[in-house]
Amino acid sequence: MHELSVTESVLEIACNHAKEAKARAVTDIHLVIGRLSSIVDESVQFYWDFVSKGTLCENAKLHFRREPAILLCLACNNKYELKDELIPCPKCGSPQVRVLSGDEFNLESIEIERL
Amino acid sequence: MSEKRIKIVENILNANDQLAAENRARIDAAGVFSINLMASPGAGKTSFILATINALLDQDVKIGVIEGDTAPVTIDSDKISAAGMPAIQVNTGGQCHLDAVMINNALDEIGLDTIDLLIVENVGNLICPAAFRLGTHSNIVIASIPEGDDKPYKYPNIYRGLDVLIINKIDLLPYLDFDMDYFKQGIEMLNPGLQIFPVSCKSGEGIPTWLDWLETKIQ
Repeated sequence: MHELSVTESVLEIACNHAKEAKARAVTDIHLVIGRLSSIVDESVQFYWDFVSKGTLCENAKLHFRREPAILLCLACNNKYELKDELIPCPKCGSPQVRVLSGDEFNLESIEIERL
Repeated sequence: MSEKRIKIVENILNANDQLAAENRARIDAAGVFSINLMASPGAGKTSFILATINALLDQDVKIGVIEGDTAPVTIDSDKISAAGMPAIQVNTGGQCHLDAVMINNALDEIGLDTIDLLIVENVGNLICPAAFRLGTHSNIVIASIPEGDDKPYKYPNIYRGLDVLIINKIDLLPYLDFDMDYFKQGIEMLNPGLQIFPVSCKSGEGIPTWLDWLETKIQ
């Protein structure tokens, strides 16, 4: 369970940017998480309510956008999405593939209220 | 009162990554080569470190080891100390992984100026350590035959961003249904061209080939 560390990092980044922008409060936080990054949204939300208490981010809503893991087949150029486990190209069966995306692990934006 | 959306786009673990970069600078300044060793519990991380230490005993290579454990147990670090090398035990207090802060503190104690090679034994776990850079030169995972050949398909994340993969306990291949081609195919899909060393820490098979690679790094 590394969600606690992740949640604390999200809080730190959001609070720093909110302070810089002279925010009164942060209302929303937008996270972008690729399929290949292991993180459980519910756990982050669970920790969030504890760690954000008494900060600029208290009561801020967390929004998770899951980016799909997209693979490119080098044999037939087919692009396909991984749903669950890793699979070879579903079109031609080749394991000669490259991961194009799915590693994202970003805090994309925050929404703030100003005085 | 006005509302505003602020674009940030920052890696969530950026603070960790920055400290990892600082760790790297310290390690580089001391001329030390460093390894972050990850694996599931029981894959043979400590055995692999001991096999490496023992094989290099007559070569005048000083190896420092940072042992990460979730509880204050010194079983692993005691083994390293018994082999005559400095070991620092890091208790993560239940956390599933080491992070750059813990390594930063451990670097103060390990005596970077006195060693040639630093091995960090991460907490036994195939999921969490993958996300946290420590600042080491090489990220290495040890897979082992009894874990099964489907691990790359079930835990893809840990095999991304790896520099070397060790496949341990190959002496057990005749006794288990481990399809090496299927396993390697999964690795190739996630991390094409990854350097792989099949070894047995028990029989010593494959260890010389691993050492050849290692010795090119710790000149």
